Amino acid sequence: MELEKFYYDNKSVRNFAYATLLWGVVGMLVGVLIALQLFVPALSFDLPWLTYGRLRPLHTNAVIFAFVGNAIFAGVYYSLQRLLKARMWSDKLSKIHFWGWQLIIVAAALTLPLGFTSSKEYAELEWPIDIAIAVVWVIFGWNMFATILKRRERHLYVAIWFYIATFVTVAVLHIFNNLEWPLTFLKSYSVYAGVQDALVQWWYGHNAVAFFLTTPVLGLMYYFVPKAANRPVYSYRLSIIHFWALIFIYIWAGPHHLLYTSLPDWAQSLGTVFSIMLIAPSWGGMINGLLTLRGAWDRVREDVILKFFVVAITAYGMSTFEGPMLSLKNVNALAHYTDWIPAHVHIGTLGWNGMLIFGMLYWMMPRMFNTKLYSEKAANVHFWIATLGIIFWALPMYWAGFTQSLMWKDFNPDGTLVYGNFLETVTQLVPMYITRALGGTMYLTGMIMIAWNMIKTVKTGTLEANEPAEAPALAAKYTKVKGEYWHHAIERRPVQLMILSIILVLIGGVVEIVPTLMIKENIPTIESVRPYTALELEGRDLYIREGCNACHSQMIRPFRSETERYGEYSKAGEFVYDHPFLWGSKRTGPDLAREGGKYPDSWHYNHMLNPRSMSPGSLMPPYPWLIENSLSTKNTKGKIKVMQKLGVPYSDEYKANAVEYLTMQAQEIAEELSKDPNIEVRADKEIIALIAYLQRVGTDIKGSDGVWLGPEDPTMPKSMSELK
Amino acid sequence: MLKFIKGHMASIDHIEIFPLISLAIFFLFFLGWTLYALSEKKSHVDHMSNLPLDLNEPKPSKS
Repeated sequence: MELEKFYYDNKSVRNFAYATLLWGVVGMLVGVLIALQLFVPALSFDLPWLTYGRLRPLHTNAVIFAFVGNAIFAGVYYSLQRLLKARMWSDKLSKIHFWGWQLIIVAAALTLPLGFTSSKEYAELEWPIDIAIAVVWVIFGWNMFATILKRRERHLYVAIWFYIATFVTVAVLHIFNNLEWPLTFLKSYSVYAGVQDALVQWWYGHNAVAFFLTTPVLGLMYYFVPKAANRPVYSYRLSIIHFWALIFIYIWAGPHHLLYTSLPDWAQSLGTVFSIMLIAPSWGGMINGLLTLRGAWDRVREDVILKFFVVAITAYGMSTFEGPMLSLKNVNALAHYTDWIPAHVHIGTLGWNGMLIFGMLYWMMPRMFNTKLYSEKAANVHFWIATLGIIFWALPMYWAGFTQSLMWKDFNPDGTLVYGNFLETVTQLVPMYITRALGGTMYLTGMIMIAWNMIKTVKTGTLEANEPAEAPALAAKYTKVKGEYWHHAIERRPVQLMILSIILVLIGGVVEIVPTLMIKENIPTIESVRPYTALELEGRDLYIREGCNACHSQMIRPFRSETERYGEYSKAGEFVYDHPFLWGSKRTGPDLAREGGKYPDSWHYNHMLNPRSMSPGSLMPPYPWLIENSLSTKNTKGKIKVMQKLGVPYSDEYKANAVEYLTMQAQEIAEELSKDPNIEVRADKEIIALIAYLQRVGTDIKGSDGVWLGPEDPTMPKSMSELK
Repeated sequence: MLKFIKGHMASIDHIEIFPLISLAIFFLFFLGWTLYALSEKKSHVDHMSNLPLDLNEPKPSKS
């Protein structure tokens, strides 16, 4: 058969690799900064764009989508070409993909600190950026698929299956979770409300972990681990079962993020069952990865790349055992909202994602530049500082998680809480937060070392931008090998494989989400629950802008330890007007679901101005700009209109006079505040709206002591039942 | 567990059969892929698992 000559595109791979290094340093730097802020709150320097609430999404987005994202693209572009014996289909598309993705990252890095956020975790970016992500993602998929279609190797290696599943699933998840109604260029509201929004969000959120941080990285593992070990994967048969089982099961597990919340019980149970089932395929993958090194274990001692891979795969195994355990309701009852969860997450991200990416870069970059690694020694130091960094990061946080959880649930013999003041459970954690920051700094140091080592390596070689290769062309028509089994078919039919993958992941999503959206009984309505007033709605948007939900949950679970501390547990029907939901996932500060009416207005005023004046030892940053900034009412009417469109029962009369009602309520709060001789504030300041919102949260079913309730109140929109 | 499903979808006749159908689908799905994997020919499996280790690739200066 005649050999065709062609060239692998190494330039795109190199670009993505550079971007990985750059964004890795940036994303982890932000991570270290917010870790420091948790024990030195002054590190926000009273600047809005440096507060924890705004920087936390920047950190998560940067490390997930910029660091790991670019690394995935680098690895996919490298391995796909070689596995298919074909150059990427279009250099132009590769280029658009690369620059498009970097532009999205820059847009995220600008908008998130400025407070433009949809508040949904790992999907915080506003709608124009969401659209850009969808477009660039499709360009990536298009380029990948076109390459697959003009391949010179008939059968698709299992790594490519993982890439295809990643592409289709992320597309589906991204689109459905980001359905939002635009208000302005950088502000929109989720089309879902409350429980439904929460379910869609965590269906997405969990699968961002599954299909962005796991499946593509498993694909990389199946390519680069055999490469580095120079031996084939332990069991190709196991990889087939691993793949199908993993994508079939993963998509169902999302509700385990919402155990003991107001999510319908059947959906919670479904999440738990599938999470437990996930152990099997996850460990199948881990075993397959580790056993690929069978007979090569002696080389792990010398080969730094294999060291990185071993730690990565081990971390994957630990994390995917811990995940299902955390999905058990009894374990989750202890772990949820505590520092245990970030510890679990960082075993996965620092251990599995980071270490695999480092190993891949150390292996790939010298080869593309026809040179050898500049410093093996530095790579070894990197390995140890990163591994120890993970331990210094995670161990104190596990400790913090257990401490927090046990303190939250500690009762006196007379039935009162031992640590009734939430703050006591926070100040206790400060030593653990300090150690965690040390671990993070170590890991960041390693990140800087690999960036330096790569720059030095690149300087000693020259990039083989177009690496020559040759392979026979694929016969136009496939002639079956005699005795071939029917089932080889799927390995050479990428389109069918993609369709089957879509069907599999859609089943899980449809079964979980559609009943919650369609069946009314899943969310019992509560008569006394009313839409927010215009001022409260504006205040809620400030709450979203400042990222308060990064540290404060609004979801009281039905435990005595929680009802004792916070009040009546949260009901699904309370959130029917919440576009988006703001349940949060972490309690660095106390839950706020019953905050309304708990403290006087003046307490909130002073607390936002300087949290430590009201709560000595608090880790919360001050928000002085809320007192200086005037509240913009430019879009108030528009907001009510969008809410109407989304099904919130505001009357047209209310919409028309929204600003007037807003002013009335604001003046009343300002008057209340002025009773305190130390407070002087105008009614048009942002703080007034935030106080209005905080005083409203959770009061609908709490009673009407001093909060805005009752139909005779003109600033209060009529409830749904009254309108009917 | 079944009573929750019944409670939410009481209007559907014989709803109890649904989880059993699901179980059957899952079981058969895994059984199918396991059989697929086990029945693959050794030569084909070897070919597939050696795909990453393309021997034509240039060797790095130092491995």
